[in-house]
Amino acid sequence: MVPLWMFLVVSAALFSTGLYGVLARRNAIAILMSIELMLNAALINIVAFWRYQAPENVGGQVFAAFVFVVAAAETAVGLALIILIYRRHQSVIAEDVNVLKW
Amino acid sequence: MTWEALVFLIFSVITLGSGALVVTTRNLFHAALYLMLSLFGVAGLFVLLTAPFLAGVEIVVYIGAIAILIIFAIMLTPQVMQIPHLRSNQWIAALVAAALFFLMLVSVLTPLAEELGVDNWSAGFTQDDPADVPADTLTTLGESLVDPDLYVLPFEVASVLLMAALVGAAMMVRPEEPEPRRSEPAPVVEPGAEQATTGGD
Amino acid sequence: MTDVLLDIGFSHDLAVLIAKLVGVVVVASFGLVWTLFGIWLERKIAGRFQDRLGPNRVGPFGVLQSLPDAVKIVLKEDIIPTGADKWVFNIAPVLSVFSVLLAWVVVPFAFGWTGSDLSIGVLYLVAVGSLGEIAVLMAGWSSNNKFALLGAFRGVAQLISYEIPMVLALLVPVLLSGSMSLQGIVQQQHIMYFIAVPMTFVIFFISSLAEMGRAPFDLLEAESELVAGYMTEYSGMKFGMFYVGEFLHAFTFSVLAAIFFLGGWKGPFAEDVPFLGLIYLMIKAMFAYFAMMWIRMTFPRVRIDQMLAFNWKFLVPLSLGNLLVVAFLWKLVPDTNAINSFGDAVVPTLVLLVANGLMAAGLLVYLRGEGLRERERVQARLVAVDPAVTAGSGD
Repeated sequence: MVPLWMFLVVSAALFSTGLYGVLARRNAIAILMSIELMLNAALINIVAFWRYQAPENVGGQVFAAFVFVVAAAETAVGLALIILIYRRHQSVIAEDVNVLKW
Repeated sequence: MTWEALVFLIFSVITLGSGALVVTTRNLFHAALYLMLSLFGVAGLFVLLTAPFLAGVEIVVYIGAIAILIIFAIMLTPQVMQIPHLRSNQWIAALVAAALFFLMLVSVLTPLAEELGVDNWSAGFTQDDPADVPADTLTTLGESLVDPDLYVLPFEVASVLLMAALVGAAMMVRPEEPEPRRSEPAPVVEPGAEQATTGGD
Repeated sequence: MTDVLLDIGFSHDLAVLIAKLVGVVVVASFGLVWTLFGIWLERKIAGRFQDRLGPNRVGPFGVLQSLPDAVKIVLKEDIIPTGADKWVFNIAPVLSVFSVLLAWVVVPFAFGWTGSDLSIGVLYLVAVGSLGEIAVLMAGWSSNNKFALLGAFRGVAQLISYEIPMVLALLVPVLLSGSMSLQGIVQQQHIMYFIAVPMTFVIFFISSLAEMGRAPFDLLEAESELVAGYMTEYSGMKFGMFYVGEFLHAFTFSVLAAIFFLGGWKGPFAEDVPFLGLIYLMIKAMFAYFAMMWIRMTFPRVRIDQMLAFNWKFLVPLSLGNLLVVAFLWKLVPDTNAINSFGDAVVPTLVLLVANGLMAAGLLVYLRGEGLRERERVQARLVAVDPAVTAGSGD
């Protein structure tokens, strides 16, 4: 198989892509999508470490399964918030939502 | 090059390429489709890592549910299609930050660290011949999720979290009926919003 | 197959690869060729239902009718509407057929005849099915047409909602057989699961009717409301691909119903002569398919709110309860791994059957009560609107 660090590099690249998206995109939904990319990078890491370091221990897969649960919950609540914000402000631009700033 | 390396290359190119398109594409609907493609690549990597169950769950949960939810949200918030400025004004800073972060991770995770003369604590990462996965991982996974000695508590907590998120999300976007309407209910967006005023019938 | 290739002089890896490729081509073209025949069969039977002859001009009994139809559809002009999103518009029909054909990978045709006996077969089927939703969404969005978009919205709402009872119903055979591989599920069915858990079969059947978008759940393309739903703007072969995908979807689901609940390829001598298994499977699948056609021909289309309410308020709780009951009863069986023959399976099957009967009886009593209450409510509303309507003549 390919060495472990290759998976880790792919995961790091995916995470950095997501990081760039979170920092640079203005649309809240796009930011949410970038967060999904980052979560998936973490998932790749978890599964790769499980495979290479402790394949006999099922804990790695369980951990990954919990990440799925968290991702689903996060998306549901995040999108509900975005739609709520859209109803209030007629906008999904993250910078426009600044009521709490002052 | 072994076939595993080839498959790895294909799936990582799919994942990273469409991941990059997710954060750069102007059209959000396309971005969501690229997100699906990217997650499909991740599922492929899981198969390569002999975790077929997780690959299946990845497709069901991410592509079948989360990405479709995102597309619905995109369609319910129409003006997202015509944003004048795609990126915030500190996008260069964001690019630099992301690149630096990536370089940092790479230098730590790869054999590069050894080349630079750092301690070889990353030696384990060069391992390329892991032990075999036990044959019935799926059964073990299922049993350990409901085993009181192992993961039953986290499992139940996770299901409560999911339930709470579900109820919470449904409560938040519930239409507020008693009050006078402060805004129009989000109209259904016309695809290709530029022509939305003239075309569309 | 592999042995022959090895004899010719291919290396082992190459021989395996070629054998797999040939398998892919055979399975995929089996599905597509079957479509040509199946469409004729469906039209013929639909004709009989509606007291007419159906296609009868081309070939004996019109068997070859699909061929000229296919030629015609290929020759039609391929129109891409102005303002359409070209790439997405073109990929959607391909994805639609693709998602159905992928399901055939795990179908066990006979003893030992499987494309790939995945250990996560059932999960794979669900995952592949979710690709179809994306095809619908892509087609509807990219067409730049409000009917298409509305159709896609409805379609995806329907597909996602009915996926839940379907998966919950699929969990029952998985539970009973202790395996997620389709071949394993078939091999454990010493007695058809249809006999042990008829309720689950009905739930699966109803939700798969909705999943494949057939009447009475064909709201994705309700002609009278939405022109043709998400495929309004498609013409020529792209429409043809949607059509083929939809047809094949229906047949795939009847094959799956046969596998999960009717014993798949199991039958007398099926283990010795694999070809017999294929015939048994097809006969069982045709039974299921005929039932689907029957429903399609005789039921009127439901309304969108009725459909979603039926799913969320009735089918989902029912399938959850059903799963709970079956799981509880199955836990009472002393050693589920020791069920290896017809004789071992009799007692648990009977227990499950009785439990299902009790559940069905309770359900019917409840539904009758609900129906009576609903009738009173409608009656009251009618009287409130028009006092001239007296009780007893409220239609």
